[in-house]
Amino acid sequence: MTHKINSDMCTSCDACEPVCPNVAIRVKSGIYTIDPKKCNDCESHFDDPQCVSICPVDDCITEV
Amino acid sequence: MPTSAPTGTQPGTTYVSMGHLKPLKIKLELASAGGGGCGTTGGEGKASCGSSDGPQDMPADVWDKVKNHPCYSEEAHHHFARMHVAVAPACNIQCNYCNRKYDCSNESRPGVVSQKLTPEQAVRKVLTVASAIPQMTVLGIAGPGDALANPKKTFDTMRELTARAPDIKLCLSTNGLALPEMVDEICKHNIDHVTITINMVDPEIGAKIYPWIFWDHRRITGVEAATILHQQQMKGLEMLTARGVLTKINSVLIPGINDQHLMEVNREVKKRGAFLHNIMPLISEAEHGTVFGLTGQRGPSAQELKAVQDACMGGANLMRHCRQCRADAVGLLGEDRSDEFTLDKLDDMEEVVYDLEKRKAYQDKVELERAAQHAAKQQALAAATALDAAKDLKVLVAVATKGGGRVNEHFGHVTEFQVFEVSAAQAHFVGHRRVDQYCQGGAGDDEQLPSVVRAINDCHAVLVAKIGACPRDELMQAGVEPVDSYVGEFIEKAALDWFNDYRARVASGAVLHQSRGDAAIRQGAYTALAA
Repeated sequence: MTHKINSDMCTSCDACEPVCPNVAIRVKSGIYTIDPKKCNDCESHFDDPQCVSICPVDDCITEV
Repeated sequence: MPTSAPTGTQPGTTYVSMGHLKPLKIKLELASAGGGGCGTTGGEGKASCGSSDGPQDMPADVWDKVKNHPCYSEEAHHHFARMHVAVAPACNIQCNYCNRKYDCSNESRPGVVSQKLTPEQAVRKVLTVASAIPQMTVLGIAGPGDALANPKKTFDTMRELTARAPDIKLCLSTNGLALPEMVDEICKHNIDHVTITINMVDPEIGAKIYPWIFWDHRRITGVEAATILHQQQMKGLEMLTARGVLTKINSVLIPGINDQHLMEVNREVKKRGAFLHNIMPLISEAEHGTVFGLTGQRGPSAQELKAVQDACMGGANLMRHCRQCRADAVGLLGEDRSDEFTLDKLDDMEEVVYDLEKRKAYQDKVELERAAQHAAKQQALAAATALDAAKDLKVLVAVATKGGGRVNEHFGHVTEFQVFEVSAAQAHFVGHRRVDQYCQGGAGDDEQLPSVVRAINDCHAVLVAKIGACPRDELMQAGVEPVDSYVGEFIEKAALDWFNDYRARVASGAVLHQSRGDAAIRQGAYTALAA
């Protein structure tokens, strides 16, 4: 499983990018995406997915 | 933005200045105008502005830090400008009064921004603005998120500016959660003003304001979240005080949640060395999309705000001139010139040469103006004290000004009135009232007028440079006396001179003195743009 950012809801606030332990979040022209190859839901790092925990918009980042 | 609350541009914020100056508080009588200091005076010893004090009240190094800072000195805010650069969009907590998604150039409140900047863009913007506006003396990083939740971006910007614009004062705003671990870094960058938004010292109350925090790699909610936030805020404040960094505490007044509680907040932050306390009204409208906006939580009225501010005046200086700027504001506190310095326009401008000399020349000129303003006020106060008539009166006076500390704005062009409280012994600033501009495109908008009148409904008079016949009649009917006979004069002198005249009229029976009602604090988006 990995996570994805719903770009319609994302406010580009940049909170998620620095907290990702896998450096899986990329920004291109203000659009934030999660690289599914790098994302492991923070397993082995933390109890909760970090991006979901800090994102200010409910349901903007979801599991896929 | 977490740090600064919802408040957008609204009237009446208050800074309560804290008592750490107390030991030094030798009565400052404005003596040397030269320096001025915010307001000094302060009625019964308590000042009206940030640091209500002047050069004699504090160590020279502290005075040097505040005298030209529009947010820390009520007097300086007439003459100096500040700008915010929006390099810090991320936040580590959620506040019920904040919605960072909102982005509209007609909206003006903290946490709202039109363009996020990289540190490089921010530095370019600051150098350009500082060259075009010599009044610009202060650069703040205040969101739209939390400056310290974006430490790299914040400190990269600060580092570059220290090198390239050494005369600009740097400040930042934070909710305090990450503050203790950042204090060393703050001191390293020569940042001598930090604002912490503290809305509670009781986590039970905090739980009603903060739905969650991000802490130790987890989202934490409820009382546990508010407890951690509270502990971090107090610890951070104590650490900054110990390092000699001036702190301003912003508190959002949320009726029914923390209104009574803010007195306790005031005591606790004062005890820990806070320099100023700024109590701001909640700005809450459903259209802002904040939790409070959606649940119908209302903001305070002008008199409710003033009552809490007055109750907190006992030992801490209250700041009342805060404009609740947007996170990318540029200009004097009452204005916003950020439209002139958007990224597109910056790209079209030539590389600027940063001219320290030119900036210093302007600032020296301001010193002279401030000296003259002090002298005029002292003279008017002497006359007011000498006058025997109706000695016990105390009233509010609204003033139309576009800066420089003078009555110099047309009634129809006002987007913000300054409100002064005058008595036989004092004239001091107590707040401002944002309004939609009455005169647009050359003609008065009669639908707008009632809202303008409501905004200053607690005032006995309004001092203007000029006013049309229609608004004049409307104001008279509402019981607010329009006065256009003090054009170009310094505000305090004009207010006191009018007040002396008013007292004489009351004493002679020419007018019957009546108390005024409450006034409304403007909530909606700020849409009145200069024609």
